[in-house]
Amino acid sequence: MKLSKIIDLTNAKVVAGDTEKDHNLQRAFSSDLMSDVLTLDTEHILLITGLTNLQIVRTAEMADIEVVLLARNKTATPEMIELANETGLVLLETPYSIYRSSGVLFKNGLDPVY
Amino acid sequence: MKLEFDIASGDFSKAGRASSRIKKMLKQLQVDPKVIKRIVVAIYEAEVNVVAHSVGGKMLAEIDGTGITVVVQDNGPGIEDIEKAMQEGYSTATKAVRNMGFGAGMGLPNINRNTDEFTIESEVGEGTVLTFRNNF
Repeated sequence: MKLSKIIDLTNAKVVAGDTEKDHNLQRAFSSDLMSDVLTLDTEHILLITGLTNLQIVRTAEMADIEVVLLARNKTATPEMIELANETGLVLLETPYSIYRSSGVLFKNGLDPVY
Repeated sequence: MKLEFDIASGDFSKAGRASSRIKKMLKQLQVDPKVIKRIVVAIYEAEVNVVAHSVGGKMLAEIDGTGITVVVQDNGPGIEDIEKAMQEGYSTATKAVRNMGFGAGMGLPNINRNTDEFTIESEVGEGTVLTFRNNF
């Protein structure tokens, strides 16, 4: 699924990263547990989370995650935005809950990791 | 090529700096991205462990022609029961660490899973030393 479609479907705002780049994501994973995210063998996915701290961006960097969607009006901190721009991570904010974001993306064809 | 990093206790804003530097370096060396991911995930888990559980420590990484060896050493408090610590789900993490999305008892097992060679030595009151290696 193209990044533009993900943004559109979740009514999201881009707060960091290069959206010009051709991001085409095959799968998504929803979790607030970064320990779990670090066990994934699938790369270049969308991560949907309700957590906002610097370690989200670091975890995404190490796990080769391209796009992170912060659910339910959670706001990225300035440090997160700075680090995301440095590492090339696209950070999005959506008013939708994790459940709704996951549901709408799944319904429109974005596959789960598991 | 040798790299050394200090890891401060409790400073989560800096956890990930060592893994980030090593990732950049391995990319420049054009190492297979799958190999890079495994080792940087292991290094990152180890960094978070030192920040979350120890009084501080350091990491030494050595890259040679065939792979990378990492030694993570902290200055205490040491692990009482290594066998338990290696079990998935066993954790002594604080609530603050859990609130950050860690401390689920998955770190050490994940390091083991993502490395080709892994040893852990620990002494209560002294500290813990992790040594792991991945071949390119």
